[in-house]
Amino acid sequence: MSVRHALLAFLSEGPKYGLQLRQEFEESTGEVWPLNVGQVYTTLQRLERDELIESDDRGEEAGPQKAFRITEPGRKELDTWLSTPPDMTEPPRDELVIKVLAAVRVPGVSVHDVIQVHRRYLVELMQQWTRLKEDEAEFDLTFALVVDAELFRLDSVVRWLDTADGRFKRAALEAPSTRPGPHIRRRLVARR
Amino acid sequence: MSYLDLRQVSKSYGTGASEVHALSGIDLAVERGSLVAVMGPSGSGKSTLLTIAGSLEDPTSGEVLIDGTSLAAMSRNDKARLRRRTIGYVFQDFNLLSGLTAIENVSLPLELDGVSSRGARTAAMAALEKVGIAERAGHYPDELSGGERQRVAIARAVVGERHLLLADEPSGALDSTNGEAVMRMIREACRQGVAAVVVTHDAHLASWADRVVFLRDGQIVDESIPPSAESLLEPTPAR
Repeated sequence: MSVRHALLAFLSEGPKYGLQLRQEFEESTGEVWPLNVGQVYTTLQRLERDELIESDDRGEEAGPQKAFRITEPGRKELDTWLSTPPDMTEPPRDELVIKVLAAVRVPGVSVHDVIQVHRRYLVELMQQWTRLKEDEAEFDLTFALVVDAELFRLDSVVRWLDTADGRFKRAALEAPSTRPGPHIRRRLVARR
Repeated sequence: MSYLDLRQVSKSYGTGASEVHALSGIDLAVERGSLVAVMGPSGSGKSTLLTIAGSLEDPTSGEVLIDGTSLAAMSRNDKARLRRRTIGYVFQDFNLLSGLTAIENVSLPLELDGVSSRGARTAAMAALEKVGIAERAGHYPDELSGGERQRVAIARAVVGERHLLLADEPSGALDSTNGEAVMRMIREACRQGVAAVVVTHDAHLASWADRVVFLRDGQIVDESIPPSAESLLEPTPAR
């Protein structure tokens, strides 16, 4: 989440103080995304400089006693951000993917073992998130959404590892080929 | 003492060159009140492990103990009684009998075990209430949604005095909200003292377990025990 746009979203509900905004940010991320006060005020100063928000007193430094409100350009910026999907065309430089690809080339290393170490770690993380969700008696919607997002993200990596594991297993049974490596690299470059 | 104890359990099919080792030297202990997930890809031996733990199949070698009693020492009748009274099964495709209503599906194992029709119905209703579907008790499976059918299947698995719950991909083709509801019900059964084993390829389901055991080519290759969930709420150290 962009802190800048999250703050604009909170201000779209009405004028608010800096400290209040920090509190709302943490609550809206199920308190799993701590934000320091400095970050909030720096972002507010930039938003004010860009005339996306305004304060009661333009002379003062951004501080706990200063109230901010969203401007018309700020609302437009927020609407545009909400309706614009983030750029997901480029595959991210995923360290885990690179580790598994590298493991294939290292003599004496079992790719299956490398995959399993990561799989276990991810499942343990998922167990922790699930336990948090289970322990939450009065279930908070925002918290549930944040936990679900994290569980689905981790799950997608586990699925990739499972698929990779299966591919390596099948590849080991078939005739050795040197084609896949360079082929994958070419395709990734061609997409850019 | 563990409620379910698999000791060096192996299972193979066929002989000679065509022999297939479905399971090799499995050691698995499940305490009362705990949920263990067995995670692995198709063909890793998950379902075989579950059918052996549930006495539906015998191991080629090794021993299965339920509540301290070895299954090998039991007669066929004893094992059948154990399956009716003590073990609850939940399958991917629910396995409800289509000609019986929800409450009849749940009370059937008790009636087969000699419980009076009235007593079985009372217990079945209590089980249906536990999984939040008592108001659908009189409906037939084809009148229920997938999520409701699986609730009935879970009620059937925990009705009466069941102590061991064995589930094979229990959320099957359900969406993630219903899948989560199924796992919450299984956790609830564990809280009341049931020992449960869920086999799955799905990390989402497995993450509900106290312990996740990883199966690969019929062998347990790894195990996960998470640290406290509270650690997630501490600020992430700077990298």
